[in-house]
This record gives sequence, C-alpha cells and structure tokens, in this order.
Amino acid sequence: MTDADAATGTQPDDVLPDDVADLIGQVQYEEQGEFPVERGYIWTSCSSVENANPLFWDDAAAEQITGGPIAMPTMLSVWFRPHHWAPGRTEEHLPLRVHFDLKARFDLPEAVMTDNTITFYEPVRPGDRLRTRQILRSVSPPKTTKLGTGRFWVIDVEYLNQRDELVGIESYTGFGYRRAGDTTGAA
Amino acid sequence: MATGSATTSRRLDQLSVGEQLPALAYDVTATTIVLGALAARDWRPMHHDHDFAVHRNGTQDIFMNTPNQAAWFERYVTDWTGPLGRLGHMRFRMKGSVFPGDTMVLTGTVTDVGTDDTGCGWADLDIAVSVEGDVKTTCQARVALPIADDDNPWRRRGDQWRPDPNRA
Repeated sequence: MTDADAATGTQPDDVLPDDVADLIGQVQYEEQGEFPVERGYIWTSCSSVENANPLFWDDAAAEQITGGPIAMPTMLSVWFRPHHWAPGRTEEHLPLRVHFDLKARFDLPEAVMTDNTITFYEPVRPGDRLRTRQILRSVSPPKTTKLGTGRFWVIDVEYLNQRDELVGIESYTGFGYRRAGDTTGAA
Repeated sequence: MATGSATTSRRLDQLSVGEQLPALAYDVTATTIVLGALAARDWRPMHHDHDFAVHRNGTQDIFMNTPNQAAWFERYVTDWTGPLGRLGHMRFRMKGSVFPGDTMVLTGTVTDVGTDDTGCGWADLDIAVSVEGDVKTTCQARVALPIADDDNPWRRRGDQWRPDPNRA
C-alpha cells in the first residue's frame, strides 16, 4: 500500500488499471456536431419546459438584449447528441463515449448520472457549428450503493464554436454499476 | 406560483440574501418526460420505454432526464430574473427521479449577492425539485443580473465574463 493509498483508505485491489489511469486528463473524442444549431430544437426545448423567455421567442427582444437570437444555454449537450440513425452507419453512435467506454471496460451493464455541472461562456446562436472534446477527470475505487456495485467517474465535455470560442463546459459524474445478482454483460 | 412571464428584469440591488423565489408546481405526465427527452435528443429507452425502465433499470417508471431537468432549472431562474438574467454556472445533483404522475415543485433561495472584480453582479441560488416534500434534485445556480438600469450582463465577453465561481 502506498502513502496515497493509506491517506485515501483505498486498497491495492482498488488501484486503477494502467490503461484507465493513462486516460485521465487526456483529450478524447474531439468531434464536430452533426448539424448546425437551429431554432426548431430551441423552440421545442422551450416548449418542453414552458419557457416564455422572450430571448427565444421575440426577435426584437433578442436583438436588443443579446444581439440576435440565441439558444437556451442549458441546451449545450443537445448539439452534440448524434442522430438515432444515419445512412451508412453500422453501429450505434453514442454520445459521451468516454462514459460508455468505462461501462464496457469495467463490465458494468447499468449507469446513471448523479452530478452535473455546467459553466456557460459565449452564447450559442442559430447557425453555429459546435465542436466538443471529452476529458476523463477521475475514476473511483469500487463502491456499493442501493443501485448496485460499481464505480463513479467524472468526465468534462468542452464545447467550442466555429470561431474557437469556448461556449461551455459540462462536467458529468456517472455511476456505472451492476445490480445485485446480475450476471449479464455490459450493454 | 411563478407565472412564466419574463418581460421585465430584476436588478441586483433589488435582491437580498434569504429571499425566496416563487415556487413553481408542475404536474408531470409521460408526455412531459418523453417530450423533454426528445427535445434534448436523448433517445435512451429509460426516458420513453416503460418496460425497459422497470425491468432493466429497476425504476418504477420512465423518468425525467438530466438535460431536461437543467432546462427546467433555467426556466425557473429566468422566470424570476427576467431576460437580462444570464446564467453563469449550474451544479445539480440527482437524489431521486421524477416520474409521470408526480407533481414536481421547484423552490429557490438567494444565498449570496455581490459583484466580481469586473463589476459584474451575481446572485447565487439554492434550488430544489421536490415531489410530495421529498427532494429529488438540488441545484446551485449562479446568475448575473444588471447592477443598474443601463447594465446588461449579456454584453460581457472574454475577460469581462467570469461565470465559474471557482475561477472568479
């Protein structure tokens, strides 16, 4: 056991595999959104929560306050979620792929998101083409919760527009787990 | 209850620590859950497939997804601030799920009011989504508000916009 293990209470069995430890802090999956930011989704999202903010419905108000129409800031993740199907695609194109990589790596069939932090920078506007990149920040030792046994991990997703301006950073805490008695493989 | 109207905006000097935001109650249906998931382009079955949610995820029903909860928090905050309110940062934690048939209630409290080194006015809020008094999700939000009638946080760019409370 190392001094660090002693300080955190981890056991030698809890040490991360090298291939996972090597990924922490590395930029992965730099991707362009599959379509430009568009107002239909903005209106559908506003409608889903009955958001009457005139920034999204009144072009004159948007021009006066934000210099033109913008998207709801909390829609950041919408712009990089892949189509459910696309021509020629032979396998499911998963969003937040680092999360699914970790589920597969640790053979954990189920997962939930437990914590989400979003920081908003430049407004996102119709016509923007966003890029994302994913960075694994941490992976916990095995933990048991009421859902099952698995690991927590933290993944940052950075979003930039076509002018390389940072528009936001999302940080997700996920818990990948196996329900008690479940012997199936990871989905 | 909040009205959903957002044609005027609050100024920072109109706030005080401890102020309660008007509660917002909403009757959640299966349509609420499915519409919210599809608006967020979240095709995962636990947000639209009852059988999958119950038998694979072990939950009682389909449940509201994370991006849609963020959208509800945004709507709740900007209903209160008006359109000049500009969200800077949100941190939320899911403690339980929101299901069809629930009446979810959003409540909020002002926990801090101040300006940063650039003169930008900020309010910190503690917000919660509850169902029958049981807190399902908590959210700490940081929102910029005008400090004077001629101020507009949306005009801030680059170094004049410091939304991360850990880097302000």
